[in-house]
Amino acid sequence: MSNNDIQVKEKQEAVASAELTKPGPVFTPAVDIFETDMEIVLLADMPGVTPDSLDIDLRENTLTLSGEVEQADHGEEIEILTEYEVGKFYRQFSLSEVINQEKIDAKLYNGVLRLSLPKVEKIKPRKITVSAS
Amino acid sequence: MIYRRFIDFPKMETGNPFADLERMKHHMDRLLGNLSEKRSRRAGSGVFPPLNLSEDKDGYFVRAELPGVNVEDLDIQATVNTLSISGQRTLPVEDENAKYHRREREAGRFSRMINLPDAVNADAIEARLVNGLLTVKIPKSDMAKPRQIKVN
Repeated sequence: MSNNDIQVKEKQEAVASAELTKPGPVFTPAVDIFETDMEIVLLADMPGVTPDSLDIDLRENTLTLSGEVEQADHGEEIEILTEYEVGKFYRQFSLSEVINQEKIDAKLYNGVLRLSLPKVEKIKPRKITVSAS
Repeated sequence: MIYRRFIDFPKMETGNPFADLERMKHHMDRLLGNLSEKRSRRAGSGVFPPLNLSEDKDGYFVRAELPGVNVEDLDIQATVNTLSISGQRTLPVEDENAKYHRREREAGRFSRMINLPDAVNADAIEARLVNGLLTVKIPKSDMAKPRQIKVN
């Protein structure tokens, strides 16, 4: 898997449902989402986002990720080549499972967010053994 | 503000068959760029990772977004006027029972080389990887630094 070359992907500009008060580009982070019996795990690439500037919000079934990236002050620098832009990250998901809100765990490492959303106990699939009488 | 224009635009040396077209597109974009928004001036080389290059009077700054790349997996080399950034991005293997709903993040190798517009001091290059952002600070060689000329 990792022997392939990474293909360049343009950063996707997010389509905001409402107009933003703060100007600047907003991008959609690339995510992986997988599900196990116990939890749903979401991994998102958010380079430049710090734990303080990341906001994760779960309200009813809507999960909102929003990460502010500071427009770094580059002093007297003059741009020669610009291949990517820096901006905020924003993405919303609607969850089909009931999540145990108290056990949500989020880690941010190297610009990647790992969010684990444990499922509520009762909807875990349970194997029912049929006993012969 | 005065923009320096380089006749020799930093070109990509990774055997991209469309490099000439891309460069032409870039020059066209730059010609038209003055008319339209800033966004359309974005160059886009077609090679991962996208880089931003800027300069001040003492040096160049190369920046790239490399989320999830470990420092050990990154290889940066420089000569007097080129900089190469290569490495590998591996995604940790997850639970094998995991059912994937979305898979947008990519793993793999990357390699990129850029020509710097001036001679640099390759021994004094500093690179930092913080929160998935790579910053390479490249001091210009003393010969390439501008000197203030006093007018008597």
